[in-house]
This record gives sequence, C-alpha cells and structure tokens, in this order.
Amino acid sequence: MAVRKGNTLFLETAPSVISYGAVGSKKESEGPLAAAFDRLWEDSTLGEDTWEKAECRLQKEAIRIALEKGELSPKDLQVIFAGDLLNQCSSSIYGLRELGVPFVGLYGACSTMAESLAMAALFIEGGFGERAAAITSSHFCSAERQFRFPLEYGGQRTPTSQWTVTGSGAAILGRKAAPPYVRAVTIGSIIDMGITDANNMGAAMAPAAADTLRRFFRDSGMAPADFDLIATGDLGQVGSDLLREVMEKEGCPLEGRHNDCGLMIYDRERQQVEAGGSGCGCSASVLCAYLLPALQRGELKNLLFMATGALMSTTAVQQGESIPGIAHLVWLSQEPGGK
Amino acid sequence: MTKKASPNTKSWRNIPLAFLIGGLICTLGQGLTEFYRSQGLPKDEASTWASVSLVFLSALLTGMKVYDNIAKYGGAGTLVPITGFANAVVSPAMEFKSEGFVLGLGAKMFVIAGPVIVYGITAAVIYGLILFFMGAF
Repeated sequence: MAVRKGNTLFLETAPSVISYGAVGSKKESEGPLAAAFDRLWEDSTLGEDTWEKAECRLQKEAIRIALEKGELSPKDLQVIFAGDLLNQCSSSIYGLRELGVPFVGLYGACSTMAESLAMAALFIEGGFGERAAAITSSHFCSAERQFRFPLEYGGQRTPTSQWTVTGSGAAILGRKAAPPYVRAVTIGSIIDMGITDANNMGAAMAPAAADTLRRFFRDSGMAPADFDLIATGDLGQVGSDLLREVMEKEGCPLEGRHNDCGLMIYDRERQQVEAGGSGCGCSASVLCAYLLPALQRGELKNLLFMATGALMSTTAVQQGESIPGIAHLVWLSQEPGGK
Repeated sequence: MTKKASPNTKSWRNIPLAFLIGGLICTLGQGLTEFYRSQGLPKDEASTWASVSLVFLSALLTGMKVYDNIAKYGGAGTLVPITGFANAVVSPAMEFKSEGFVLGLGAKMFVIAGPVIVYGITAAVIYGLILFFMGAF
C-alpha cells in the first residue's frame, strides 16, 4: 500500500504502464515527434462530419491501439479514467461509450493526463483491479470553437498564445514486471497568481508547476539532478521560462533537466504555433508517443511527468476572474518502487 | 515577471503589413468604384456597388477558407475595412452550421459582429439626436 509523505504518495507495489497508444493529426505529423505516433491523420476531420466527433474518434482510436498493442480487450479493463477540454467532457463520453468499461470522467484542463494517470496508478496500487486505463484528448478546432473564435475568423494570434494539439494518448496500467513503473504521485493544488489573459496560459500555469515540484522535492528529498527529464505538460515557451526562473530563485534550479511537451511536439520556428502546443492531447500524446517508449527502451531512467492545466472557464474570465492553474506530478521510472 | 517573459506582438512587422494589405483592399475598393462609374453609374451608387462587391468577395474568400490566411499577415489591415465585418459574420455562420440552421447558424452568426452592430446603431442614434438638437438652435 502506498506510503504518504507530505503531499506525495509513494507507490510500493510497482504498478506499471503495460501498454499505450498515441494518435494525432496533420500539424502533429509535421512536427519533430511525428515518427513516434501510432497513427496520424492528414485530415483533421478524421472523416467525421463535426470537429467534436473527430475528437471522439481520436480517443476511440487511442484506446483501441493501446488495447491492441497490449493484446487486451475492453473486458480486461476494470476502470477507465478519461477527460478532455470540452464542456461536460463530451469527447471522452461519446468517444468511449461503446467500450462498456466502468468510466470515471475527470476535468483538470490540460493537466488531465497526469491526473488520470495518477488515478489509474493509485487504483492498481490499492488493489482495486488488475488493469486501469488513463486517456485524454484535445482537438484544435473543437477547442477554438469553444474557447476562442471561429476557425475562419480573420484574427491574429498573440505571441504568447498556444496551439491546441489535435491528438490523444491512452495508457493502460497494470501489474507486469516490466518498466515503466509508477513510483510516486503528487496531486497539485489550485494556484492563482492573478493572470487574466486567456491568451497567456503558460504564465497562469507556471506558478502551479513550481508549487507541485517544490512539494515533490520536499517530500521525496530528491533534487532535479536525480531525474533525466522533468517534462511539464504545456507551459509553452513563456511558462517554461517562468518556471525555470521561479525554481532558480527558490534555490532549486532545474539544471537543464526541464523540457515541455508543448515545445517538443511542434517546431515553433517552422510551424507558426507561437508559444508552443497545449491541450490535454498535448501531454497525453507526447507521453504515449515519446516518453513512455523512451522509458521502456531505457533511454530515460527517471522521469517526472507533470501535466499543467489552466482551469479556465470562459464565463468566469469574462466576468473578470483570473485563471487558476494546477499541476499534477507522476514519477515514472525504470526501477520498481517499494524496496 | 510575467510581462518580462511574455513576448510582445511584433509591431515592426505587423503595422507595415496592416498598412499594406489594408491599403490594397481600399485601392481595390476605389478601383471598383471607378469601374462602376465608367459603366455609367452615378458616384454614390457606384460606391455602394463597390461596398457590396467587397463584402461579397470577403464572404466568398472566408467560405473558401482563404480570408483567415490573409488576415494572419494583414491583421488590422483586413479587420478594419468593410471586409473584416463580412468575415466576422460568415466565419461563425460556417462554424456553427453543425448545430443546425436555427440554433447553430442562425443564432451564432452574429456572435462577433453583433456587439459592433448594437453599439454602432446606439452611437448613430445618439449622434443623430445631438445633431437634431444642434440643428434646432
């Protein structure tokens, strides 16, 4: 059973990620991680007649691929933790309704992949089932529609804005004596430093990322140098710069260990994505396409996966509220815990 | 700290581009006016037809998914002329067609342009009243 120190839960029974799948669309296929994806569509409608259906399809395909790679069927899953950015988590609900697997819908904005992964790991750790899945998605077009302007509207994007990733990632956790193992989980708190610009999400999320990292390092007694990579979800360039600066000021410099999924998935110079990628499909697809395989192959030994979310409600922001941020952390490792 | 880390809009690039593309649209409008006049239309009718043509072209380019690509570079240059307004009406109409013709297209068509119309008309009424009373003295 997990051991709690401060805000961090250390997992003793070594739950592991047994299978995963990542899917994306055109913009992702032009990015540096294209080759790592399991499936990429040239057409961002994925052959569906609405953007929302296209996003559902992303989830459906991601979980299908993860099941197939693990030689599993939906019946082998005891629970699925899923979420997305749309109202009522509709992509997850419509995307996964045919599976017939017990379903928990989560909302943590762009932090949802770390949230669902953490829940799935704790579910296995607690012995509540043999296998649990974590999945999230986002779609540029459905997100723009809900949060910003119509696609064909002629406006300019600000340099701090980020490009919502059209993609999904699914991870299945279970017990298998093979890496990547989940070693620890730190659930983030809601941090609000008063950012009100909905086009500067990175700045809204960076303080939350710093807060969660601070707690994890305090609870674990470890330091950034103990990890090969600290991967934040979608801080983009602005948020990443802020996070590094804050950590440096607090005497815990990240020493080149930090990278951001939003900066890994696109080539900012070439792809006109302004400050980088975002969305819960961003950290999910980078995790399942690139980070988990790297852990499995041994290229990464210890990884802090920390997806960050801007908990923005368009209504609240229009009423003058600021944007709270959150960051959940999952420590993934080649070595099992509990020794 | 946030301000320092957040890059500003590239004004040195955006302002001249807006000037250039906005100017081009206006030149096109003037060209159209001249064309209609050469066809024998009186001056104010010719400029009305020029406006109608520009609105049509902008709506068509929005429908062909070209307008937003021009606007990416043109910025305020494509926003300010009458073409920007047409784009602001057509783009949500296209986007929300998936929710049906009444609750989608019909209801959402003016989400961006609506406020402009409301306050435009209000301002027109206020100025009209001022002019009316000033004329009375």
